Amino acid sequence: MMAEDKRVDEPTGTEFVGHEWDGIEELDTPLPRWWSIIFWATVVWGLAYTVFYPAWPLINSATEGVFGWSSRAALAEDLAEVEAERAPLREAIANIDINELPQNEQLMQTAINGGRSAYVVHCVQCHGSGAAGSEGYPNLNDDDWLWDGTMEGIEYTLIHGIRNPDHLETRISQMPAFGADGILTDRQISDVVSYVRTLSGAEEASAASARGSELYTANCAVCHGPNGGGDQSQGAPNLRDAIWLYGEDRASITDTVANSRYGVMPRWGHRLDPVTIRMLTAYVWNLGGGETPAPEPEGEELAEAESDEPG
Amino acid sequence: MNRVEPIPPDGPPKLYEARKAVHNKRIDGPFRRFKWLVMAVTLGIYYGTPWIRWDRGPYAPDQAVLVDLANRRFYMFGIEIWPHEFYYVAGLLIMAGIGLFVITSAVGRAWCGYTCPQTVWTDLFQHVDRFVDGDRNARMRLDAAPWTWGKLSRRAFKWTIYLVIGFWTGGAWIMYFADAPTLVRDFWAGEAAPAAYIAVAILTFTTVALGGFMREQVCIYMCPWPRIQAAMMDENSLTVTYKDWRGEPRGSVKKAEKNPGAFGDCIDCMQCVQVCPTGIDIREGPQIGCITCALCIDACDRVMDQVGRPRGLIDYVTLEGAEKEQRGEEVPGAVRSIFRPRTMIYFALWAGIGLAMLFAVGTRDRLTINAIQERNPTFVQLSDGDIRNSFDVRIRNMENRPREMTLTLDGLDGGVMWAGSGNRDQALRSFAITVPADQLLSTRIFVAAPRDGAAAEDFSFVVATGEGEDAEQAIEAARFARPGGE
Repeated sequence: MMAEDKRVDEPTGTEFVGHEWDGIEELDTPLPRWWSIIFWATVVWGLAYTVFYPAWPLINSATEGVFGWSSRAALAEDLAEVEAERAPLREAIANIDINELPQNEQLMQTAINGGRSAYVVHCVQCHGSGAAGSEGYPNLNDDDWLWDGTMEGIEYTLIHGIRNPDHLETRISQMPAFGADGILTDRQISDVVSYVRTLSGAEEASAASARGSELYTANCAVCHGPNGGGDQSQGAPNLRDAIWLYGEDRASITDTVANSRYGVMPRWGHRLDPVTIRMLTAYVWNLGGGETPAPEPEGEELAEAESDEPG
Repeated sequence: MNRVEPIPPDGPPKLYEARKAVHNKRIDGPFRRFKWLVMAVTLGIYYGTPWIRWDRGPYAPDQAVLVDLANRRFYMFGIEIWPHEFYYVAGLLIMAGIGLFVITSAVGRAWCGYTCPQTVWTDLFQHVDRFVDGDRNARMRLDAAPWTWGKLSRRAFKWTIYLVIGFWTGGAWIMYFADAPTLVRDFWAGEAAPAAYIAVAILTFTTVALGGFMREQVCIYMCPWPRIQAAMMDENSLTVTYKDWRGEPRGSVKKAEKNPGAFGDCIDCMQCVQVCPTGIDIREGPQIGCITCALCIDACDRVMDQVGRPRGLIDYVTLEGAEKEQRGEEVPGAVRSIFRPRTMIYFALWAGIGLAMLFAVGTRDRLTINAIQERNPTFVQLSDGDIRNSFDVRIRNMENRPREMTLTLDGLDGGVMWAGSGNRDQALRSFAITVPADQLLSTRIFVAAPRDGAAAEDFSFVVATGEGEDAEQAIEAARFARPGGE
């Protein structure tokens, strides 16, 4: 039987396998040498690989491999490399006088780029992805600042927050709830609202606003200023401009006067490193509304006088 | 059973034909001299071009032809091309393509025979063979000889020359991509970019492999152009032809003397085969291996002169000319086959594209402006009631000198603008800006306008520079967004 199977195809000198389909027979042609070599080389390579690198699963882990390589360690190494590369720039940003940063083009651009990355992680939740804010959450693009819009001021706000509970250095002020606390009657509140709306040109002067004017001087001017220009040191908004955090309509302003507002921003000083905070400062400052510290006190007054001109 | 014949004693039949080495014989004649000339000109252009200087002033490189990949500029004498103008290079490639059509329809595979780099370098390497090992017979003897020290040293010497040519070819190539004198210095000092060394290594290898060893096999087996050309030639294209009606039957001079009238003009001296750089026999008719270098014409004419028969047994003939000659009619001159409608139309196309490109290059903008509106947020309410939009404005100064420009708002009543790095106090309708030589200036521009107005108001940024002849201006349409438009 076996001898019969061992037939050889004469033209090629190759043995038959013994399979036949409709008179066509299969030859037992050996695999090409180059193919076999590559095949066995890959087998050897594969086995060696499992010795040198993590491979074989165990019950709770896997073999570690002779090289001791791990993807986590490789990542840490890559990150450390990037950190080391960035270290000089970060150090420079940390050491520069924050108000000088905008003049240093390279550092400023680095800070803005880093700040953009940090912003989309930590700030977008309240201030929005384009930093345009929403009701109760300030728009950071505009030129109106409740507290302080200089580099230094923004950095302070970021570090200490606004009305952050249990933090001594936080920026804090509280507007009385004139209605809820019974300081003013509903009618008086209505008069004050009328007056306030004349400041920004939203309403014409009237008998009510004239009555409100007196109430304003007695109750509001302490913080918002005699002519409604606001006071950044207390976070008291400018009432003469076109920007209203909670709305410009009567109902919103009435609500504010009667029940007050208490916007809170958490402090970031203990969560983010100082350089990241400086980068965020640069990003926010650069959005288009950043203020430059006035060189002399007169300059500040001048700026205020200018902003007093209604749009 | 119907089996094929048994295995021959030397094993099963081979599937591939082994290469027969070509040892072409030295020849001199008008076509050979023309080939020398073409070789000198083409190699001269290739090796010499990067060394031509071209003064472009202090702000641009002074190399006449330079592909500046690092700065993304392409310089060619008086023309500078930016990446977005790369279609001019596409135009050049189209011209090269149509140029090949013109040549092929007029004079057949003249490209293959004279100017193709594969032909030029193969020719060069064959001259090296001849210089080192002697002419055809000496080379054949050496090839067949056993490997002795003498043969080995000869081969080593020859291959060293191959390598030097290959290296020089690769070395010249990289000169097109950087300032040539500087690169040469850096290259030998080991300070050039790794890409330079890799490019030289690759080109050395390909030059030696393709020109030194593969030679005519590239033309016969690898190159698509012979196939394409076969489709482009017609009965009026000139091609190297053996006039079989005149040459056949072949017979030696002695035989012909004995039997007058029994033999044709071909004396079967095999000179045409021996001089052929691709090793073909032209007497078998037109074939893919024939690059129409016409060296066989030189060889045959020389033999015909010696035996006192008329020249032109092998000659440049058109298919139509060949038929006419066989019928005994008058054959029109070669000029007639070159200047005919088909070639004229190709030429007109080629020249038309060239002139159109020259015109376009001469009148193209050297100043452009783009303005992309910031979309998040599209507008910002300012404290004085005005609305502010932000634009990413990019101004391209494509001239090799810094230019003072004026950026102006056109339209948008009451609108003002200021640079993103500046302050609203400096807001103006128009301000001066300097764009450095040959650069793109990218800047953020804030535009503010009164709140009252359309939700989307069209306006333009206009950038203008120079006066009189020098004046240039570019306009970019933009749209100012206000609240209430969404």
